[in-house]
Amino acid sequence: MTQTFVNWGMTYDWAWFVATIAGILLIALPLMLAVAMIIYADRKIWAAMALRRGPNVVGPFGLLQSFADGLKVFLQETIIPSAANKGLFLIAPIITFTVALMAWAVIPFNSGAVLADINVGLLYVLAISSLGVYGVVIAGWASNSKYPFFSAMRAAAQMISYEVSIGFILICVVLWAGSFNLNAIVEAQRGAGLGIVNGFWFNLLLFPMWVMFLISSMAETARAPFDLTEAESELVAGYQTEYSSMSFALYWLGEYANVLLMCALNATLFWGGWLPPLEIEFLYWIPGFVWLCLKILFFFFIFSWVKATVPRYRYDQLMRLGWKVFLPLSLLFVVLVSGWLMFTRYG
Amino acid sequence: MIQVLAFYLFATLAILSAVLVIMSRNPVHSVLWLILAFFNAAGLMVLAGAEFIAMLLVIVYVGAVAVLFLFVVMMLDIDFAELRAGFVRNFPLGMLIALVLLAELVFGIGAWRAGSIDLAPAGATEAAPMAASNIAAIGQVLYGKYLFLFESAGIILLVAMVGAIVLTHRDRKDTRPQNISKQNRRRPQDATVNMRPEIGEGVQL
Repeated sequence: MTQTFVNWGMTYDWAWFVATIAGILLIALPLMLAVAMIIYADRKIWAAMALRRGPNVVGPFGLLQSFADGLKVFLQETIIPSAANKGLFLIAPIITFTVALMAWAVIPFNSGAVLADINVGLLYVLAISSLGVYGVVIAGWASNSKYPFFSAMRAAAQMISYEVSIGFILICVVLWAGSFNLNAIVEAQRGAGLGIVNGFWFNLLLFPMWVMFLISSMAETARAPFDLTEAESELVAGYQTEYSSMSFALYWLGEYANVLLMCALNATLFWGGWLPPLEIEFLYWIPGFVWLCLKILFFFFIFSWVKATVPRYRYDQLMRLGWKVFLPLSLLFVVLVSGWLMFTRYG
Repeated sequence: MIQVLAFYLFATLAILSAVLVIMSRNPVHSVLWLILAFFNAAGLMVLAGAEFIAMLLVIVYVGAVAVLFLFVVMMLDIDFAELRAGFVRNFPLGMLIALVLLAELVFGIGAWRAGSIDLAPAGATEAAPMAASNIAAIGQVLYGKYLFLFESAGIILLVAMVGAIVLTHRDRKDTRPQNISKQNRRRPQDATVNMRPEIGEGVQL
């Protein structure tokens, strides 16, 4: 995109600057729209599994429900508890929302269509996703209230626990792809399965890693069945208890943007990203962006499905799954994958 | 132009937040300023072309160490007046530490200006030229030239970790942890009995 602006007569520095801003808007604005629609989809899927109708009043099929909710929330009064630490109380939802958008910078939407094509793309994703916990912890502390604080403690422990195993899972992918760059990882999946299937999932060593990554990404985004941070039967609404109006909406949007990001990562790391599922010529007629969106929607359906059907974990079970099951398993698979690659590719 | 602006932005913010770490009255605010300082340091690393180090700084310090730090500081019930009372008593010690740090900085910069030294054993493989990507270059150095030092550092850290766990672990007898495999092995016939007791007799369990 920079080249277009250079052709319009800008110097390279300014062209790069304007192109970057344009790229950010091109990702962030459709993402916000997607989040609004995905909240609607989530409610519809959830309703269908519970044999209900779900939102069906605002607009055709209730399609405008999220926008009506947004408007309602926007018009509400922002209440700041008098005992709260005001500055931090207001900054916390902004941190959550910003961090949820930041990681999208390195997701490739098509061959070369990525905002920041950096060498350390996957490390950047890890770094940004490890920041997400601050919004929750600061909110819990700044609210100066009992249940938000409990929730913040839970969130901090939960996110750190699952980040460790996610790190090892990502190392397996990086070893197989030979790069940290997400575009290069997608390219490495071209025909990775018997020369016809695009994606690392078609691989005996990496398929279990994908299953673990899917479960870990549910825990990382605190979705059901791991939504202990906002377990309504114990903690009211968790860290969001004291929030109202737009500051609450920012958490809401940030949470779903994070879920979409995790779906995009599932698609990009294990299911071939913007590549079509099979390495067949005519499947390339459909643009890569559409394939990526379809994959994201597929994973989002799995997220909703799990949310609608699986009961919530107990806290000690959550910790056990993270530290005693996923961590040793992912460590074992790092050894297996590197051993296999050493034996076959580099040996 | 943009790089110069970014450098001054990151550098100013880093120094400012470092000052605010020690100036702010609330320890939780201090930790948050510390996190901002780490973040700006990572930004400076990116500008210096060391993006791998920058990402590690964010992942390790901001993502893990500072979270635990924040965790602990939030849980503590700190009396601020008591903290400030020891200022005069601790002032000489603080000055001493500051002097040592200053001297180390001066030595470090002086040694850097005098030229680098070669710590590797003779006959070790040469590092890849920096034209390669950052991660590849660091990997070549760590797993080629400094393999022995790197691995021994890893062993020392492992031993320290095991030591810390052994020292703090206590085997409590009064807890009843869940044994999931035992629960899963349990079948209905282990737990229930089908009986037809005579009237007025009751059941022996």
